Amino acid sequence: MRLFHSTLRTLAALCTGFICNLAWSADAPTAPGAPPASPPINWEAIIMFVIFVAITLGITYWAAKRTKSASDFYAAGRGITGLQNGMAIAGDYMSAASFLGIAALVYMNGFYGLIFSVGWLVGWPIILFTVAERLRNLGKYTYADVASFRLQQGPVRTMAAIGSLIVVLWYLIGQAVGAGQLLHTLVPQISYTQSIIIVGTLIIIYVTFGGMKATTWVQIIKAALLLGGATLIAFGVMAHEGFSFEKLFADAVAIHPKHLDIMKSVVPIGAKANPVESISLGLTLMFGTAGLPHILMRFFTVTNAKAARKSVLYGTCFIGYFYILTFIIGFGAIVMVANHPEYVVDVSKNILALKGGGSMPAVYLSHAVGGDLFLGFIAAVAFATILAVVSGLTMAGASALSHDIYANVIKKGTATEAEEIWVSKVCVIGLGILAILLGIAFEKQNVAYIVALTFSIAACSNFPILVLSIFWRGLTTRGAVLGGYTGIFGSIGLLIIGPTVWTKVLGNGPAIFPYDFPTFVVLPLVLIVAYVFSVTDNSESAAKERAAFDRQKIRSETGLGAEVSAAVH
Amino acid sequence: MSEISADHIQNNPKYHQLIKQRDALAWSLSAIVCVMYFGFTLMIAFTPDVLTAPISADSVIPQGMLIGVGVILGSIILTGVYVARANGQFDTLTDEIIQESLK
Repeated sequence: MRLFHSTLRTLAALCTGFICNLAWSADAPTAPGAPPASPPINWEAIIMFVIFVAITLGITYWAAKRTKSASDFYAAGRGITGLQNGMAIAGDYMSAASFLGIAALVYMNGFYGLIFSVGWLVGWPIILFTVAERLRNLGKYTYADVASFRLQQGPVRTMAAIGSLIVVLWYLIGQAVGAGQLLHTLVPQISYTQSIIIVGTLIIIYVTFGGMKATTWVQIIKAALLLGGATLIAFGVMAHEGFSFEKLFADAVAIHPKHLDIMKSVVPIGAKANPVESISLGLTLMFGTAGLPHILMRFFTVTNAKAARKSVLYGTCFIGYFYILTFIIGFGAIVMVANHPEYVVDVSKNILALKGGGSMPAVYLSHAVGGDLFLGFIAAVAFATILAVVSGLTMAGASALSHDIYANVIKKGTATEAEEIWVSKVCVIGLGILAILLGIAFEKQNVAYIVALTFSIAACSNFPILVLSIFWRGLTTRGAVLGGYTGIFGSIGLLIIGPTVWTKVLGNGPAIFPYDFPTFVVLPLVLIVAYVFSVTDNSESAAKERAAFDRQKIRSETGLGAEVSAAVH
Repeated sequence: MSEISADHIQNNPKYHQLIKQRDALAWSLSAIVCVMYFGFTLMIAFTPDVLTAPISADSVIPQGMLIGVGVILGSIILTGVYVARANGQFDTLTDEIIQESLK
């Protein structure tokens, strides 16, 4: 606790210095003939963001006092209800990338954006029908607990932790770059690097002190703010359009430079239709969702299997509703933001190109709908979103390192709870610093491949191995490990020689593998490898692993022997 | 979980009934979601003209938009169906199995 106070005091001192800095730059008179004054400071956004940070630090303090055991730290004491977890998983999913990103996709391409919304939603029923309650029944803190339940701990956990960490790290880079760009655009007085350092410092405080309890509640509050904010924007759009979808879409078609093409294109506007790519994208979005470690981890925080199921229902409702809102927001931005000189770089050249870059349509729309105050609110919510998602990712990464690698692979289960928590806090700090450094390093990089990379690995390694270990008696350590690595390295390899990385990032000319999403090749390959190397495994340990399936099945189906909620005893 | 209760459950016909019924529900609902979603995806891949045709002559709204929103709403409804049956009927059965194994 003393540490928490002193950390807070340091942070407060930093912030005061920072605000003084801002105030000074705002008051500084502009000398005649000097370069044009910097744009006015967005006080609304800063004040609302400071309020959010104050509330979340209060929660972190509350959570820190109640975080004692490893179960508190990793799994919020297993006391999260179905509704709360539904909000939290929806919050994890409604990242700044999906709020700003899908709205921007719809803004540029119209109908095409809906394909992503649908693909990202249908993963949820699949999670519910296959893994949600079984994760709760079998696992402790990480999905590797479940994948390695009856298999050899060392090799299976190492493979699962590598898969988790690659997904978490790349996801982190994407979020950090987004945070830096967003904050810098909204409050130009804060540099890109400063923005990322603010994000990194805050998440280290949330996660090291408050663990999963703080991470979950920060996520719940942000999800409520984001759903509320998006509802207000969509309501403003519909009010502007006389509550007629027909009018909204007709106006958008009239304004958008591609006109009716925004309703006619099932690929990005200008791209050639590619059936194989469409199918592979579909597979990736659906199964990738079901393999994201920071989402799967949420199922260990609920009280029991019943709450795990309910949380998916609530989560799916929130996410479905949110995607319908982002769709309205994207079209609303075409009508109310495009072609408006205050938001567009140069109306005479391109009526779509916005100041501050491609992810701004939703943010400017909030200004068009509700003025400066509402813009400040949405900007603060967008930034809070990044904080909350990055906290969840850091938590997932730290669990993989401390619970899987340190406690179960290196110490082979002999580490005490206190040691394990200590290691995981060190990992949080390490990952936080790494996120800051990578965020700064990737500022000018093209990070467009991140969605494909993270979702492909999740869809091709994490999800299939998890499902096989739960449902297929025949899976052995050899099959799981070789299958898992095939998924990880197959995805990475094909992405590197695919169009996004090979052609656009590395500039090596035409891609060797002509598809952006490798899932349609890698996923079947993973299943074949896992199958072949399992059935041909005649070792004694493989026989034991198959024999242990019945016991695992009983626990997975009935919850008998599952980790109990801290609230119960 | 003790050895005895595990054997007890393994031999309890209700346990096998639970797995059979819940699997039947879960896999058929999964199949419906996959048919809906991959139906949509295959239409994107092979018959985009059907998706992009307007819903009526004087409208700009493509049919695919209604189908896409339909897939989202359908997924939510199927999720609800599963939760209703699993948290009611199946959990009652699970409680019975656990109670009987503790006797």
